[in-house]
Amino acid sequence: MMPDTTSFIDATTTDGYLLVLVIVLPVLGILLSLALGGKFIERITLALLLVGLCVAIAIFAAVLRSDQLVVYVVGNWQPPLGIALRADGISAAMVLTIAVIVFAIGLYARSEFGQQKGAAVTRSSYAFWTLLLGIWSGLNAVALGDDLFNLYVALELLTFAAVPLVCVKGYEATIKAAMRYMLFALIGSVLYLLGTALIYGTYGTLDITLLADRVRPEPAAWAAAALMTVGLLAKTALFPLHLWLPPAHAGAPAPGSAVLSALVVKGSFILIVRIWFDAMPGLLTFTAAQLLATLGAGAVLFGSVLALRQARLKLLVAYSTVAQIGYLFFIFPLAAGDSGNELGASIAWTGGWLQLFSHAFAKTAMFMAAGLIAEALGHDRIAELGGIGRALPITVIAFGLAGLSLMGVPPSGGFVAKWMLLSATVIEGQWWWAAVMLVGGLLAGGYVFMVLGKALGENATLTLRAPIARHREVLVLAVALCAVFLGLVPLQPSGFLAIGRPEMQITALQ
Amino acid sequence: MSSAALFGYCGAVLVGLGLYGLITRPEVLRKILSFNVLGSGVFLLFGVFARRGAAAGLGADPVPQALVITGIVVAFSATALAVALLVRLNKETGQIVVAPDDSEESGEQGATR
Repeated sequence: MMPDTTSFIDATTTDGYLLVLVIVLPVLGILLSLALGGKFIERITLALLLVGLCVAIAIFAAVLRSDQLVVYVVGNWQPPLGIALRADGISAAMVLTIAVIVFAIGLYARSEFGQQKGAAVTRSSYAFWTLLLGIWSGLNAVALGDDLFNLYVALELLTFAAVPLVCVKGYEATIKAAMRYMLFALIGSVLYLLGTALIYGTYGTLDITLLADRVRPEPAAWAAAALMTVGLLAKTALFPLHLWLPPAHAGAPAPGSAVLSALVVKGSFILIVRIWFDAMPGLLTFTAAQLLATLGAGAVLFGSVLALRQARLKLLVAYSTVAQIGYLFFIFPLAAGDSGNELGASIAWTGGWLQLFSHAFAKTAMFMAAGLIAEALGHDRIAELGGIGRALPITVIAFGLAGLSLMGVPPSGGFVAKWMLLSATVIEGQWWWAAVMLVGGLLAGGYVFMVLGKALGENATLTLRAPIARHREVLVLAVALCAVFLGLVPLQPSGFLAIGRPEMQITALQ
Repeated sequence: MSSAALFGYCGAVLVGLGLYGLITRPEVLRKILSFNVLGSGVFLLFGVFARRGAAAGLGADPVPQALVITGIVVAFSATALAVALLVRLNKETGQIVVAPDDSEESGEQGATR
């Protein structure tokens, strides 16, 4: 799995400027709306989201066309002294997913944080749009960064934008949730920084591509990897460090919950993968990988069971995030390839990333749907959802379609992802993870049908507190359909997701 | 004992103290202070690595120093944000700790806006 670093390093490619653009655009939006006063922030954000979506598509196309990394060497200073931005297959797919979801969330948030004609912009609206831009920029920087310290700064930017988003409405309980989130994030960030210090002290570079050649299995590298991983796990909210997640994600306003649950927790997950697969490939031993996946299995079981026991829709969806994050960690034992089984490894690699992308779309749709339901009813108590299926049919269908992906039922991206992970367990003889995945799928089916069963029930006396515009329902449905369409990806190792990983690319072609 | 080793041990002690405080202390302000102690330990370690990595003709490797400056800015912002949240929390609830498991409430308020 050791990449051949000499062949593709240290030259800005022709499309390299796009990588800078996609990180700088949101920052430009924040500065512009500061300069022009808050009045234009909604329009500026939406315009930039559209431009950013085009840039993300251009990056995706550039990687797809050239079958190579897109690289930008900042200031033309070569690593290890300088900093490089690199887009491999995963980064490009991630940037595109981020752009699509943030764009959808921007459209969805207009009714809640949009400006009334002629009225001054409210404080919470101004904060929301600024934070959304901040999260977008941070996520792009995390997806494209290739320097561990640069990634640290990107991750902090992401955290500082994500924490206030939880309490943007200023309710007492959400401030508590944000405070807890912040405390977990503080521990996470300082542990990660300590790991970075150890790596720099031992190997004299923080560039991921250069580290891949230099890192050897020795105590300093082990300590650094352990510290960074624990720090990042706290931010990813992997069981048992998930305690902050449910109140924070359930308490945030619906568009905020969607971006936090779908994207923000994935930012730190990408870094964990980068550390173990790209920076220190020699360190991912059988024991280390099994340990990470065991925590993932704990998350799948624990999160799903707790989701089943929730009385409120948003909390149920938040606990389902805890569970779905767990699946991502099966990528470590299955894609490590130390069993000498390259085919299994590349299947698991594709499956793991598809799980990330399809969960991102499905969870966005679910939180959006939950937000519309709560808005229409004035509450989100699952037991009293009766009749909502008749009142908001499109929303409930979208919720159900997103649920398919979480359960892993075809046709959906979640099905392809889980099927590929399951195949990898069979090929590599690690059947114990298959058992966890199957139980997790059943439990997910349980909590999705629990909601749908209530929602489709009859209730003649149901009165909606507020009417829901049809276009908002259609938007939620469109996002849910993205998760379904990911199910059309062929059931085989993806060559695109292996770009930048020579060995996996060969397996994918075969 | 060389000065680099001495500073290294000091950094390690600060990291240990900070981590202990961050995990065991329930009061939020103490946690934030512990975070800063822990952060100082990490910055000190960066200094030690700068010294050890000194090339010929230079007193120290400049890269870790650049990293420390950035790290301080980040830690400062983190502290400011955490303290601001704490002040607001204290104003709203009069509390200085975050009690575990109030998830029910936050779901309710978040939903009913």
